[in-house]
Amino acid sequence: MRFLQCNTPFATFAVLAVVTQLVLRAAGMEYCLTQLTMALYYALVVLGLCLVTGHAGQVSLGHAAFFAIGGYTSAFLTTHDFGPLPEPAWATGLKQARVLIEHSDLYGGTALSVSPWAAVVVALLLTFVVAHLIGYPALRLKGHYLAMATLGFGLIVSKIVVGTAQLGASDGITGVPEWPLGFGLTVSGRRTLRVENYYIACGLLLLTLVLLRNLIRSRVGRALQAIHDRETAANAMGINTAAYKLGAFVLSALLAALAGVFFTHYTGSISPSEAGALKSVRYLALAAAGGMASLWGVTAMSVILNYLSLRGFFGSYDNAVFGAILILIISLAPEGPLKPLGQWLRHGLNRNHHPRDETTGAPPGASDGAPRIH
Amino acid sequence: MAFLEVENVRRSFGGLVALDRVSFTVCRGQIKGLIGPNGAGKTTLFNMVSGLLAPEVGQIRFKDRTITGLKPFQIARLGISRTFQNPSLFLRMTVLENVMVGRHLRSRASFLSSSLRLPGQVREEQHIRAEAWRHLEPLGLAALADRPAGSLAFGQRRMVELARALATEPELLLLDEPASGLNTREKADLNQVIRRIRASGVTLLLVEHDMALVMDLADDIVVLHNGTPIAHGPPATIQNDPNVIQVYLGGEPDGIPPAGELNLKWTRPR
Ligand SMILES: Nc1ncnc2c1ncn2[C@@H]1O[C@H](COP(=O)(O)OP(=O)(O)OP(=O)(O)O)[C@@H](O)[C@H]1O
Ligand SMILES: [Mg+2]
Repeated sequence: MRFLQCNTPFATFAVLAVVTQLVLRAAGMEYCLTQLTMALYYALVVLGLCLVTGHAGQVSLGHAAFFAIGGYTSAFLTTHDFGPLPEPAWATGLKQARVLIEHSDLYGGTALSVSPWAAVVVALLLTFVVAHLIGYPALRLKGHYLAMATLGFGLIVSKIVVGTAQLGASDGITGVPEWPLGFGLTVSGRRTLRVENYYIACGLLLLTLVLLRNLIRSRVGRALQAIHDRETAANAMGINTAAYKLGAFVLSALLAALAGVFFTHYTGSISPSEAGALKSVRYLALAAAGGMASLWGVTAMSVILNYLSLRGFFGSYDNAVFGAILILIISLAPEGPLKPLGQWLRHGLNRNHHPRDETTGAPPGASDGAPRIH
Repeated sequence: MAFLEVENVRRSFGGLVALDRVSFTVCRGQIKGLIGPNGAGKTTLFNMVSGLLAPEVGQIRFKDRTITGLKPFQIARLGISRTFQNPSLFLRMTVLENVMVGRHLRSRASFLSSSLRLPGQVREEQHIRAEAWRHLEPLGLAALADRPAGSLAFGQRRMVELARALATEPELLLLDEPASGLNTREKADLNQVIRRIRASGVTLLLVEHDMALVMDLADDIVVLHNGTPIAHGPPATIQNDPNVIQVYLGGEPDGIPPAGELNLKWTRPR
């Protein structure tokens, strides 16, 4: 299939995913899959930032808010009791179409809530609209207006979430039902479904990686990179720069919201900390740590670091660690630590194998022709 | 009917009037030269024609359509392309990718079709690549195709920028000092390239400080001085225009040899 072309890295990812699971099983540490699955969902958010910041050059400090919009919308709609409904045709219609479903509530009574699939659609539509409202005014201008707009937006969302009783205020929403995806798959935190859910998350991440890789290596990807490199020239070449920046931003917001939806159904709950500005900073730090523009670097870094964080590896310094990462990367290795490290390793190898590298006559930087997306 | 009409255009920056009462027309198929000392307003005029700046007064029409107020990308789609005085390549992209960006307005793959690699998108992508090569090769850039634009020498950057502009298949091409920073050989090549571009039916508006080159290429020249045109006509007339000579030689009318022999050169601080 065209769509999967040049798939060595993707195959590597798949193999690595399976090996990890098998090793954890053999070591009797399958419980680790829970945090790993959560880390995989977080990686989706960071991949969205990779597109909008790494490729289009627009900084967003509000991606935690989009994650929260996805998670909270889905959690609210699937747990809130909308019944008893009047019985006009539309209400029965909604029930028949399984948009509204009956389930037993905490006290053994029946409640009428929105089905997970319908909730996802609403969550994504809402994100689509909100991302346009934030992005449209900010991205028509040149400069870092998006960073400011999204920062303000993130603060507002996190205030709303904490201050709204229906959203559980500072406790968040718990008891979010599992999400039957179809094909016999269910997004759920049940222990018996732990392995299945790990592979669901892997599959979603892999699919996202394929789609983003395709996008980046296309007319659209070049337009975004051109905007990043030289916005004026990009516009003069016929690129509707405002529309492309907005497109990348909305797409990344949708990815964050989708991650939020999966995450919430997986963990069965969502709390206000997911909406906080510190989370947004963390996503940006992870994107920076992965090299911003490198899909694979970003994926690796965000899965590993989020996993460590979720396992409590950084203790009470959790947020400080990510802040420090951001500062260190920006001041020491703006392109991320992986690229210089890779070059350094390659250089070391080259020295061993061809003592006279200069004979190739390649000018400095020419060997840099390797694609940015590995 | 004029191809490009600039009508009574004015633009200032703060208190500084960069252009005032500028009117001229360009006919289809022509090479129009635009000359004038540093700060005369040539680049400002280019920026207005290509939509990067809006005139405060006046109008610009392209093929009888008013283009003042349009965004640069809309003007580019109408068939006007340009190069920049300081080459503005996309430095983190390769030479080939830079030229492929030139094909942007001739292609249409969307976010959706690109991420799914739908058959139409794959075909279009191949076409974009082929067309980019077709524009690289005549400018001698094929060997550089995979080099990052950031690693190129100045003269090469100018050529890549030209290829990128040509890849949009413009009807009107604006070149802002294409010869500056080039050596004698590169200038001679450029002369040939510009002739070929004109022969292919593209109309050119050429800002250039190299008098030999403009006088050789242009059918017609506008001389700007302090933001206003002071002379307009074929090269032979311009070279002997007393106003022009005055401006270029700094106002010493006595004992000036004919400008044709002087070659109207002046040094420009950078
Ligand atoms: N964006 C701007 N802001 C303020 N002043 C500007 C701006 N652009 C141009 N100017 C001023 O307008 C005048 C005309 O500048 P312009 O760049 O158009 O001249 P030019 O004829 O292209 O000169 P050169 O031969 O040096 O390229 C100059 O005095 C310049 O300083
Ligand atoms: Mg200029």
